[in-house]
Amino acid sequence: MKYLMLVCVDPDFTPGEDDGKPDVDDWAGEMDGKGIRLMGDRTRPSSAATTVRVRNREVLVTDGPFTETKDVIAGFDVLECDDLDQAIEVASKHPMAWAGAIELRPVWPWGDE
Amino acid sequence: MSSEIAAVYADGWSRIVATMIRLTGDWSLAEECAQEAFATALRVWPADGTPDQPLAWLTTVARRAAIDRVRRAAVEREKLREVAMEPAPWTVDAEIPDDRLELMFTCCHPALNVEAQVALTLRGVAGMSTAEIARAFLVPEKTMGQRIFRAKQRIKQAGIPFRVPPGHLLPERLSAVLHVLYLLFNEGYSGAGELCREAIRIGRTLTELMPDEPEALGLLALMLVQDARRAARTSADGTLLTLDEQDRARWDRKQIDEGAEICERALRRGKAGPFQLQAAIAVCHATANGTDATDWPQIAGLYEHLRRVAPGPVVDLNRAVAVAMAAGPQAGLELVDAIDGLDGYHLLHATRADLLRRAGRDDEAAGSWRRALELAPTEAERRLLSHRLAAAQRTGPRTAPPAAPPPAE
Repeated sequence: MKYLMLVCVDPDFTPGEDDGKPDVDDWAGEMDGKGIRLMGDRTRPSSAATTVRVRNREVLVTDGPFTETKDVIAGFDVLECDDLDQAIEVASKHPMAWAGAIELRPVWPWGDE
Repeated sequence: MSSEIAAVYADGWSRIVATMIRLTGDWSLAEECAQEAFATALRVWPADGTPDQPLAWLTTVARRAAIDRVRRAAVEREKLREVAMEPAPWTVDAEIPDDRLELMFTCCHPALNVEAQVALTLRGVAGMSTAEIARAFLVPEKTMGQRIFRAKQRIKQAGIPFRVPPGHLLPERLSAVLHVLYLLFNEGYSGAGELCREAIRIGRTLTELMPDEPEALGLLALMLVQDARRAARTSADGTLLTLDEQDRARWDRKQIDEGAEICERALRRGKAGPFQLQAAIAVCHATANGTDATDWPQIAGLYEHLRRVAPGPVVDLNRAVAVAMAAGPQAGLELVDAIDGLDGYHLLHATRADLLRRAGRDDEAAGSWRRALELAPTEAERRLLSHRLAAAQRTGPRTAPPAAPPPAE
């Protein structure tokens, strides 16, 4: 099963200095090696975002994010896992699970119910 | 339902649902087919007699129903293939693999919210109907139906696996299963009694399937001992009675003995967890002939142990009550006054009031009673507290235990 892993910052949480959280390069290296991480990167903050809409066949471009919430999404990865338990284990090893939060979204392939 | 079919249903429902989930990977389909199998049994068995291998018979009918349904829907060919390609249907009950543990762990997966865990466990493991579950939780049947439907959908869409978690996840996941069972039990303890019976029944199954897990045994023991006192917990007019007010002759001795035996068996493994310790405390209370004959030093010791494995201010409060009974009100008061974070809890002040009164400090006691009354959340408790205040003022010192509840009452 494929999962989109949204790497999020938690504005209400400040991690301790030395909380023993894992290193992100080690994480990426391990998950790439196991064939679990198919791709992934950081994303620029919402100040760099552009929102596109088409209304009445006209392309409307606005600067900024679609929703005016706090900057939450900091990056993403696409995982190929056996099941949710494996995805949870992979997410729990990512440093941002320690410093922020990871949201796991199952990919919904076209043609599936 | 005829009694023979009812007897098979009691354990057979979850066995068949679990097997069908493993075969088809589809919770709704599995349930529908299990239902159809029992409906067929209701039609056929009274006329033809109960088959020699009822579980194999029912599983075979359920499998055929699954294949029919998938064929009719003419979709999901993959699933059809899987059901059809399984080895020939079992003919002997004993050969059918038991997937109930997988079912329990999946129902109680942490990616499901507690309401969903409880509802799925009652539907899948206990075999209660949606209408019955809705009644037990005082919600409309439609609401409960949607809750169960969404939970099953979530299992499928989020990719929650149908399996017993691997060793490194087991302690955490088992504790989630135990937590759901205890929640069910407590829900039944204050409301629908059938939930207590179901929780105990599932607890028994769990200990049969995982005989080496002392906490599962501890929970079963705790539930048995608590449930044994059920009938004596309320007076004729429905008022809650504390332990020292209950008529001990109405306790179910046989069930208490069974709980005590299971608790001892669990503790012998030398890995005392919170459920085992709470069970041991409940056993101490339930096997004493009265408040004075209760082994308070041992109960205080068990609470001391409990606060190390499961710390919390309510445990500290219960420990203080036991210490006061064992070593006098002054010792209890010192512990009560050292508790942090329970200042808004009426029973802390009620306990303090009773200990102060027993220590002869009546004026201070009155202040604590008033504080307890202010904080009491329900009218029934306010009534109880005013009675106690009045009684205490009438009769002077007494030795009965204070108003704080025994564990998990």
